[in-house]
Amino acid sequence: MAETAEKAKKQERVAMPEQEPKVRARNFLEVPTGYTVKMAQDEASRCLQCKKPACVEGCPVGVDIPGFIEKITEGDFTGAIRNLWSKNALPAVCGRVCPQESQCEGRCIVGRKGQPVAIGNLERFCADYERENGTGELPPKAASTGKKVAVVGSGPSGLTVAGDLIIKGHDVTVFEAFHKPGGVLVYGIPEFRLPKAIVAQEVNFLERQGVNIQCNAVVGRTVSLDELFEEGYDAIYIGVGAGLPRFMNIPGENLVGILSANEYLTRANLMKAYEYPKVDTPIPLGKNVVVLGAGNVAMDSARTAMRLGAESVKIVYRRSRDEMPARQAEIHHAEEEGIELFLLTNPTKYLGNEQGRLTGMECLQMELGEPDDSGRRRPVPVKGSEFTIDCDLCIVAVGSGANPLLTSTTPDMTLNKWGNVVADPKTGKTTKKGVWAGGDIVTGAATVILAMGAGRDAANSMHDYLTLGW
Amino acid sequence: MFKIVHREEMAEGTVVLNEIEAPLIAKKAKPGQFVILKANEEGERIPLTMAETNPEKGTITIIYMVVGKSTALFKELKVGEGFQDVIGPLGKPTHLEKVGKVVCVGGGTGVAVLHPITRGLKDIGNDVTCIIGARNKGLLILEEQMKNASHDLRVCTDDGSYGHHGFVTDVLKDVLDSEDVKLVVAIGPVPMMKAVSQITKERNVETLVSLNPIMVDGTGMCGGCRVTVGNETKFACVDGPEFDGHQVDYDELMLRLRAYHEEERKCHNDYCTIRDAK
Repeated sequence: MAETAEKAKKQERVAMPEQEPKVRARNFLEVPTGYTVKMAQDEASRCLQCKKPACVEGCPVGVDIPGFIEKITEGDFTGAIRNLWSKNALPAVCGRVCPQESQCEGRCIVGRKGQPVAIGNLERFCADYERENGTGELPPKAASTGKKVAVVGSGPSGLTVAGDLIIKGHDVTVFEAFHKPGGVLVYGIPEFRLPKAIVAQEVNFLERQGVNIQCNAVVGRTVSLDELFEEGYDAIYIGVGAGLPRFMNIPGENLVGILSANEYLTRANLMKAYEYPKVDTPIPLGKNVVVLGAGNVAMDSARTAMRLGAESVKIVYRRSRDEMPARQAEIHHAEEEGIELFLLTNPTKYLGNEQGRLTGMECLQMELGEPDDSGRRRPVPVKGSEFTIDCDLCIVAVGSGANPLLTSTTPDMTLNKWGNVVADPKTGKTTKKGVWAGGDIVTGAATVILAMGAGRDAANSMHDYLTLGW
Repeated sequence: MFKIVHREEMAEGTVVLNEIEAPLIAKKAKPGQFVILKANEEGERIPLTMAETNPEKGTITIIYMVVGKSTALFKELKVGEGFQDVIGPLGKPTHLEKVGKVVCVGGGTGVAVLHPITRGLKDIGNDVTCIIGARNKGLLILEEQMKNASHDLRVCTDDGSYGHHGFVTDVLKDVLDSEDVKLVVAIGPVPMMKAVSQITKERNVETLVSLNPIMVDGTGMCGGCRVTVGNETKFACVDGPEFDGHQVDYDELMLRLRAYHEEERKCHNDYCTIRDAK
C-alpha cells in the first residue's frame, strides 16, 4: 500500500485535452475534448482503491467510485457504466458540471500530497464511451408496484427522482413546462460546457427505462397538484428549480439591451439562437458586453457573449476575486478566453439613448469593509469614485429566486419568507401530504449535484411511503 | 403535434384563424389567457391570446396577423398539419365582474382577444357596448361575433369605407360623454391602448388593457416581457397580460417591442425570398 501511494503521488494526473483558448472563444464546441481509452486507463490506475473511500462520502449521490474506476483499469467499460448507472442516471452530465474539487475529488486521498484522481473526467469517459460504443443494455428494474408518481420539473433533481423510482418499480411521469426536458441542463448551461445532444441522450436513457416525459405541461397553469392526485397519482415530487430572475433594481433597468441571464441563456441554449438565422429566435449581439455577477451563470453568459462575437466582455462584480462564487476552473477558462474582470465595482444606474437602448452604466468603486451576515466582507462604496462603462448589452446574473407559478396555486403547502418550499432536509417531505420537494425550489439557487442529492433522498422517502405508508 | 382542425383567412388574407386540437388547454383556459406556440424544431416561441376555446371538442382558436417570419410560417400550415408545441393556458384570466355599463374597444387583431372577454362580461349581466376598428372595411374581423357578444356594436374605419369614419377613440368619447360607463376594456395596437387610456383617465373611468410585449418562456423565468406598471416592474406573462391602463408606461413598451426590429425584418425578408423562389 505504501509503495502504491508513493507511486501515485509521483504520477501526474492525466490532463484532459482542450481546445485552444483563442479558437474555442469563437465557437460553441465543447472545450474539453475527452479522454482516450489509454488516458482513462492511465488515470484510473492512479486510484488507490481505498478500503474506506472518502471520495464516495464526498459524492451527494454516493457513486461507488473505486468500483467503477476498477472496471476501467480492467478494460470493462460496460461494467463501469452499469456500476455508475446504479447510483446516477446522469453520469455524462455530472462528469462535466459537478464541482468535483469540493466534492469527491476534494476528499480523494491521493490529493493530499498531489493532484486527486480525476474522478469527474473518468465518469465522463465512461458515459461517453457507452454512448459511442456501448451495448445500450439497461440496468435491471424491480417488478411493478402499481403506484403512480408525478415529477414536476425535468431538471437534475426531477430526473434523478424519476431514474430512482422507475428502477424501484413505480410508474413515473415527468411534467416539464418547456418544450424540451432537462431544465437548467438545456436552457442554462451552454453547449460548450454541456452539449445538448448528451443531455438528450441521458433523458432518452430514462425514457427507455419507462419514464414518461410530458413537455409543454405547466403545472400550476395546465394542471394543479390536487388535479394530479385526482388523476390517480399516488405521490408528487416538486423539482421546479429557482427560475425567477433577480434584477438590480436600479434606474434604467428596462432599457433595450438589458437581459436577465435566464433570458440570454434560454435564447442561446434552448432556442439555439447562436445559430440564428438558421433558427428563428434572435439574440442581441453586443459589441461591448457587461455581465453583472460572478457566479457560474455569469461565467456562462460572458463566455456565450464572447462566442457571439463581442469585441469586449466585462464581468462586473461588487466584491473581490476571493469572494467570486463561480468555480475556479470556470473563472480561469473565462479569463483565458479574453474576458476582463472589473472587481469591486457596483453599477448604480443604466444609461440609454433616445431609442431606449442601453449605452452604458454608471458605477462606483467599492472597497471591502467589515464582514456581513454571510461572513463575507461587505463591499462599501468609495466616495467620489463614480465612473462610466460604455456598453450596448448587459446581462444580469445576480442570482435567481423561487418562481411562484406553481406554489401560488398550492395554498396548503408551507413556504418560507423567500417563497421557497419548506421540506424536511433529510427526506424532502413538504407540509402537504404525498408531496415531496427538492433542489433549488427548496434551497435557492445551488448546484446540479446538490439538486440530484436532494432528489435521491426524496426518492428513497417516496419509495418508503409508496410501499409502507406516510 | 397539435393538429389544426379548422383554418380561415380573414382581412384580405392578412389575418389567419387556426382552430387547434389541444384538449388539456381547452379544458382549463379562461378569457384573457394566452398560449405560446412553436411551429417546428427551428421555430421560435410566439405568444398569442386565445380567441375561443371549446372544451367539449378539445380545441382552442387563435387569430393572428401575418407580420413576420413566424406568423408567415404559421400561415403556411394547412388543416391536418399542426404546431410542434403549444403551451398553456398562461397568464392570469380576466377578472370578470358585474359592474353595469362596460365599453369594450378593439383594434386590429386585438378584436380576437377582446371577443371572449366581451362575451364573458355580457354573460354575467353587464350592459356591453363594443367599439371595433380597422384601417378599412376589408381588414375588419369578427364583426358578426362581436355583435352577438355585446348589446351594441359600433364599427369604425380609418378611411370611412365602413361604419364611422375615424378612430375608435372618437366613438369612445361620444359613449363616455353620454353614458355612465363603469369600465373600459381596450385591446389592440399599443398606440390605440395608450390613446384610450388617456381619454378614460381624464374622465376617471377604470380601464383594462392587455399588453403584448416580447416573450420567450411565458412562465415568469426570464423577464423578457417586463413592463413598467405604476412605476413597478411587472412580468406580463405571469402578472398580466392585463393591467390597469392608467398605470402602464406605453412609451417604454413601444421601445421594447422594437428591440429586435432589424433581425425581424431581415428574417422575414429572407424567408419570403426563399419561399417565393420555390
